[in-house]
Amino acid sequence: MTDIVGKRYWFFALSALVILVGLIGMIISASRFGSPLRLSIDFTGGALMELTFEQPVTPEKIRQIFGDRGYGDTTVQTTSDERTVVIRSKELQEGEKAIIQAELTNEFGPLTELRFEQMGPTIGREVTRSATIAISAAALVIMGFIIFAWRKVPHAFRYGVCASAATLHDVLVTMGAFSILGLLFGWEADALFLTAILTITGYSVQDTIVVFDRIRENIPKRRGEPYELIVNRSILETVHRSLATQLNAIFILVAILFFGGSTIRQFVATLLIGLVSGTYSSIFTAVPLLVIWEKGELGGFFRRLFGRSRAAP
Amino acid sequence: MQQRDVTLLMVIVVLTSLAAWVVWPGNSGLHIHFGPINVDRDIQVHRGLDLQGGMQVVLEADVPDGQQVDAAAILAAKVIVENRVNGLGVTEPLVQLASSNRIVVELPGIKDPEQAIRTLRQTGLLEFVDAGGTFLPAGTIVKTSFQEGGEFGIETPTLAPTATNTPLATATLTPTATLVLTPTEPISPTTTIETEPTPAPTPRTRVFRTVITGKHLEVAQVGQDEYGRPQINFQLTEEGGEIFAAYTSANVGSYLAIAMDGEVISCPRIETPITERAGRITGDFTLEDARNIVIQLRYGALPVPLKIVQNRTVGPTLGQDSITKSTRAGIIGVVIVLLFMLVYYRLHGLVADAALIVYALVSFALFKLIPVTLTLPGVAGFLFSVGAAVDANILIFERMKEELRQGKRFSSAIQAGFRRAWTSIRDSNLSTLIICAILYWFGSNFGATIVKGFAVTLFLGVLVSMFTAITVTRTLIRLLYAIGGENARDSKWLIGL
Repeated sequence: MTDIVGKRYWFFALSALVILVGLIGMIISASRFGSPLRLSIDFTGGALMELTFEQPVTPEKIRQIFGDRGYGDTTVQTTSDERTVVIRSKELQEGEKAIIQAELTNEFGPLTELRFEQMGPTIGREVTRSATIAISAAALVIMGFIIFAWRKVPHAFRYGVCASAATLHDVLVTMGAFSILGLLFGWEADALFLTAILTITGYSVQDTIVVFDRIRENIPKRRGEPYELIVNRSILETVHRSLATQLNAIFILVAILFFGGSTIRQFVATLLIGLVSGTYSSIFTAVPLLVIWEKGELGGFFRRLFGRSRAAP
Repeated sequence: MQQRDVTLLMVIVVLTSLAAWVVWPGNSGLHIHFGPINVDRDIQVHRGLDLQGGMQVVLEADVPDGQQVDAAAILAAKVIVENRVNGLGVTEPLVQLASSNRIVVELPGIKDPEQAIRTLRQTGLLEFVDAGGTFLPAGTIVKTSFQEGGEFGIETPTLAPTATNTPLATATLTPTATLVLTPTEPISPTTTIETEPTPAPTPRTRVFRTVITGKHLEVAQVGQDEYGRPQINFQLTEEGGEIFAAYTSANVGSYLAIAMDGEVISCPRIETPITERAGRITGDFTLEDARNIVIQLRYGALPVPLKIVQNRTVGPTLGQDSITKSTRAGIIGVVIVLLFMLVYYRLHGLVADAALIVYALVSFALFKLIPVTLTLPGVAGFLFSVGAAVDANILIFERMKEELRQGKRFSSAIQAGFRRAWTSIRDSNLSTLIICAILYWFGSNFGATIVKGFAVTLFLGVLVSMFTAITVTRTLIRLLYAIGGENARDSKWLIGL
């Protein structure tokens, strides 16, 4: 039988690598923008305007118009073509929007406002705070739920913790990837990003639970077998289902990614990354963690790690 | 067992047909008039702002940092904002309190967002207007002397020159004072107030005389008259009392319209002169009406100033574009899933596909009936839950395959498969439901209907998927094998072993 659990350290290494790359991205982001991810106005406050003109426009000129009215820190990006721009600026005072749009019309001709969003600064702070609460609450509730549902299994606490660790892994991977995409393509985290993260959390746990459920069932059935074996068997028994489900979800999300509207493209892409990570972590992170906990390898692992570096001259 | 399955199948078919009818775009709506049940509803998709175009603003009480906002004050502000929103002529506006100091306003399909914002934030003007012999029903728009030129008080020269700061009162001795007690109007000698159905003239061109404004109102509260019916007690300021005394003495029997921002909210008739600054309004209104009127009397202006802390406007073109694209994407995605299931699970895949179609129809029908406001992420959530619905079926089939490989008979394989898979399905979906609840809480605190929409559609989708997995899939499989019998076992390929 294929030994997944035996090769667990390889899988840990892979996870560590991916997360590390993401962490580097987040650190670069933090030094450049002051936070590990680019934040949209949902979190920072400010104004966002998406306009489409009838002829191509120059972002420089638009920036200048904003600057002349006192909104210096403005970014202008063209999106799908040269005629549509997304403008991010500080909060616009009352009446300013009309004046600026009039000037833009003077300069470039008629425009259509596709969307406009404006957030005061206090709301931004509150959203950040609520976001943190939401994520922490989700993590705690789910951990408690798993511990409760697995209470008949010895060491139920471990299942809760390992499932949460796998979920944390997914969140880190997704955040890291998003941070890199933010550096490369200017993606910004908004309320939808938070929604995606929470959904990924839910999905990751869902996936982990299916494997854990199988373990829960196999333990009384196969007494006498070493834990490692039971667990490995459980993984193999559920792998078909994991792959099939993931493929289906990927089909749908990819379809939306390619054929759906541009406004949720980032949202769907984030979900995709988290989805793949979620399935990976259920098999290659959560379960191996259970094993090393059971075998008490954790202490030994760290001892070896630090012992080796101490031994080096 | 077979009989029960057939019955269940009938139920499922009926349910699906009903759902399909609800989902059909051109359906006629729900019109039931049967005994005590009176239902008249159009069944349509309720589109969120990002699909329809429109504006959402969050207004916050503009008080110094740290100062608590009085709960009654913000509630009164909400009522006032709601009235103004209703006056904008938007279909299905939404005004809600979000947390203790914020009001969320949604205006789908609004043509002029800037104008709407100005209207919402304007301070309210309360006036007591001389309507003469004309009863003005609530909702009538009136032009008043105060609006036109800041003039109020009475214009007859018999006005005692007490009001030192109403110099305008004397200036109104112009012959253009169009407010006239039309002598031809019969003043019926009844003593009830406000319930008289005398036809209102067109007040549009008339400029009514403002007697006093909200500034002159000191106290207003709800009370009870001698019959126990609701009444409104009020008390005026000194200046207001004097003007009012003079006015009511000269105008017993006339109507006095109370207007807010130019719209009549109530039109009582003057029974007796009110000389002690205190009076009451009695009439045929409910306690609720009385309370609403008192709120508007007390808070003629907004009780707290409101500032805009959040503004989201989506133009209609973007909305339409999103709908088209996401529908197309959804169909493509779902078709791929259907095909995949067919190829990978063959016969079982066919069953899963049928169950999926039922699931999609029932879910969407629920969205239309409840109704759930669909936003773009909400549509994504719905599609995502289709993926979850598939998952339940997959869990069941994998279980069944295992049982069959061990050589069990079909009936026991089916039973065991469902029983063992159910714990997985239940526990894994429960965690998603918990997340949805948390997302919903997060969304409602900030009027982020985007997040809320996603949470609701995912939540409903997961629930319905659990239902269809257990009922539809199981019934179909049982029937299938009852018909096909053990013969199907020989065709290993067909059942995907």
